[in-house]
Amino acid sequence: MNTSSLAKKKSGSTDIKQYGMLIALILIYSIFNLLSGGKNVSPMNINNLIMQNSYVVILAVGMLLCVLTGNVDLSVGSVVAFTGAACAIMVLDLHIPTPAAFLGILVCGLLVGAWQGFFIAYLKVPAFVVTLANMLIFRGLTMVILGGQTKGPLPTEYIQIGAGYLPEIYTNIGGQKIELLSILAGFIASLIVIYLEIRSVNKKKSYGFEVPAAWQEVLKLAVIILIINFFTVKLSLYNGLPVVLALMLVLIIIYTFITNNTVPGRQIYAVGGNEKAARLSGIKTQRVMFWIYVSMGLMSALAGIVLSARNASATPKAGDGFELDAIASCYIGGAAALGGSGTILGAVIGALIMGVLNNGMSLIGWSVDIQRVVKGLVLLGAVTIDLISKKKAS
Amino acid sequence: MADVILEMKHITKEFSGVKALDDVNLTVERGEIHALCGENGAGKSTLMNILSAVYPYGDYSGEILYNGEEGKFRDIRDSERKGIVIIHQELALSPYLSIAENVFLGNEITNINNVIDWSKTRQKAKEILEKIGLPDENVNLPVNKLSVGKQQLVEIAKALAKKVELLILDEPTASLNDEDSKKLLNIILGLKERGITCIMISHKLNELSQVADSITVIRDGKTIETLKKGKDDLNEDRIIKGMVGRELTNRYPPRESKLGDVAFEVRDWTVHHPDDPERVVLKDVNFNVRKGEVVGFAGLMGAGRTELAMSIFGKSYGTSISGEIYKDGKKLVLRDVQDAIRNGIAYTSEDRKDYGLVLINDVRWNMTLSSLRDRFSRHWVIDKNEEIVAAEEYRKKLNIKTHSIKQITGSLSGGNQQKVVLSKWILTNPDVLILDEPTRGIDVGAKYEIYEIINDLAKAGKAVIFISSEMPELLGICDRIYVLNQGEIAGELDKEDFSQEMIMKIIMSHTRREKPTI
Repeated sequence: MNTSSLAKKKSGSTDIKQYGMLIALILIYSIFNLLSGGKNVSPMNINNLIMQNSYVVILAVGMLLCVLTGNVDLSVGSVVAFTGAACAIMVLDLHIPTPAAFLGILVCGLLVGAWQGFFIAYLKVPAFVVTLANMLIFRGLTMVILGGQTKGPLPTEYIQIGAGYLPEIYTNIGGQKIELLSILAGFIASLIVIYLEIRSVNKKKSYGFEVPAAWQEVLKLAVIILIINFFTVKLSLYNGLPVVLALMLVLIIIYTFITNNTVPGRQIYAVGGNEKAARLSGIKTQRVMFWIYVSMGLMSALAGIVLSARNASATPKAGDGFELDAIASCYIGGAAALGGSGTILGAVIGALIMGVLNNGMSLIGWSVDIQRVVKGLVLLGAVTIDLISKKKAS
Repeated sequence: MADVILEMKHITKEFSGVKALDDVNLTVERGEIHALCGENGAGKSTLMNILSAVYPYGDYSGEILYNGEEGKFRDIRDSERKGIVIIHQELALSPYLSIAENVFLGNEITNINNVIDWSKTRQKAKEILEKIGLPDENVNLPVNKLSVGKQQLVEIAKALAKKVELLILDEPTASLNDEDSKKLLNIILGLKERGITCIMISHKLNELSQVADSITVIRDGKTIETLKKGKDDLNEDRIIKGMVGRELTNRYPPRESKLGDVAFEVRDWTVHHPDDPERVVLKDVNFNVRKGEVVGFAGLMGAGRTELAMSIFGKSYGTSISGEIYKDGKKLVLRDVQDAIRNGIAYTSEDRKDYGLVLINDVRWNMTLSSLRDRFSRHWVIDKNEEIVAAEEYRKKLNIKTHSIKQITGSLSGGNQQKVVLSKWILTNPDVLILDEPTRGIDVGAKYEIYEIINDLAKAGKAVIFISSEMPELLGICDRIYVLNQGEIAGELDKEDFSQEMIMKIIMSHTRREKPTI
């Protein structure tokens, strides 16, 4: 059928872009694998990679929505520090139970987001200005409530969320200690992926749309399952599944679903693509804008908790420059600077590219100064290549 | 032998393997107004972009003879130095700069040290404005304070400041109403008397047949013919025949109107300006539309037609809005666009690129945007397969020419973009459709198709409100016409009384009556 073959073609082109980034990620990883003499695939390093980059991934997920509207949020680094500090104070000084403190801080994050969203969406103050102002405000507030001091150490149950692991069941195979739950998780995840793919293919068939050839499907599934199990097996050889990994995955799945498959998600793209047309199409553009910043506030608070937990303390300097990492992740991941296009998965891959670069350069002993230069060049290069390839396509 | 200023010979230009121009020839005589006609995508603009070196020498094959010598223009400045100036359809003015600054933009009058000589700039600007019939305009005024018509004139002033010999105008009257268009055409005729040669691209064929000395028709990247005044017949039908390659016997599809009850009624509608709440933009407007009826809104630019439509459409325009809206006899309160859509009202903007489409997204995506929540989702989750089915259905129904429903709307032609916008609103299943200039900037063939769509909508019992600045089209497809002038309904015409003269008469007498009281 004509219809379906055409429909297929385009979905292929967006896929190719995403695959391109994934291939770049794998390539960078492989290069550093050679340079570091295989150090970066060790179970411990993979564990570190996940832990070190969890907050950037969380922030990039929230940031993508802002970037989709053609804006950014510069305040996230400061809000991360502020929420982390406030949470530490609640637990250590006010003796509030950790779960209650977490909940309180998430609400606090929502309020910070609402505060910013109110100025941006309803008073029409440019987002750049609002978030720049709040970057100063919350960095200042962090210093004030911490009195310029580091607050710690945080209790074990607190640290669990940033540095802890899901329940572990160990067994010994041939002298090698193996954690079984991660193996099981990898197995279940593989089954879910297969099930979802089959369901989507069947649905397409029921509409009479053409579906990709069976071998393509099998290849695609095989690659995905290989990647999943590569990580879960590696993790099983270390301490099992980090809590932050589960947290990250849940967020990625929720945000991907929202942006891809829901009406509010579509509305965000519409506002970013052409706000005037969106408004005349019945979209409440101010409301969309408001909720994007509320969501960003929530993600910042979550990252604040994770970061303070990983450090086992809250410091005035925490989260410095995180906003730039998150923004860079979105752009490296193919989001358009003018808004309207970009994907959650792209932003996550962007964050991972930055993470793998950082990690790799540290392993081979490059200094932090050089690392910045390289990251800057990668950002510039990625966006330039993206723009040129778009121009060529049109 | 006539004095030939420009000869373009065997021009061929390819865009990634597709021939946009194929062996095109154009000969322009000195001091004439030479019109270029053709459907959208025929290659008119490409040809002019070659002439003005937007596509520089070497980017095309063929030869340009200008004033008898071969022109190998490297860039726009190069061609401007030779006296060739192009005015694009989208105005290239800097909105916050003054008229004088804009007139000499990129061409500043300086004294020795590259310092701008302001008094001379203003004086020269004033002189040029006098030449084009704007003697009283303050040259220090920022151009965004001017009407579109006057901005167009500033563009011409800019060209004159560059000592233009050959002026190229791309759709100069596309965004002007009849009166302003007439003024502009008179100025172009004035330029001709000064010895300036003009090449003009336009879709408004009646204008071309009035002012042009020769008309070259381009179709599918090839020159079809050149018609000469005095030798050939330059009437519209003759031009259209060349453009579409066949006789278009009827420019408006026939329709039998079957009118039902009053479907939509607006009473005592008064709207104030959003930036200046004291200013009344619309005053006590009353009108109604029946089921199956196409009601036209005529009026000059600035009469308040778009403002009326948008203020009705969920208060998308204006402040302190008062008045009542009734649908099928029931009073409606429409606080926002969503209310309007839910109550079966649709509005397609006159500016489809800025207000109608998200150009970076594809056909399917745009088509479902307004009906996403009510038609294509359950519990906020979108059913993408249903979207594809609906988009394919409307692509076929409305004959939208695209590779697929996954094509980006920004790469479609104007007519096809408009069809996407119409599909999007038809998908909201409206009872009342307000179509604001739906055929603006669209070629003849696509216009006919849009008329057919309007007819089909009326046939299905929808109430259609049709706003247009092109009077023949209003007369051709409406059942009834309201004339709006200075924010008030100046008159109402039934089909028997339709004529352009009648509409103009109503506007004129209303304006006269109003003048003393302001």
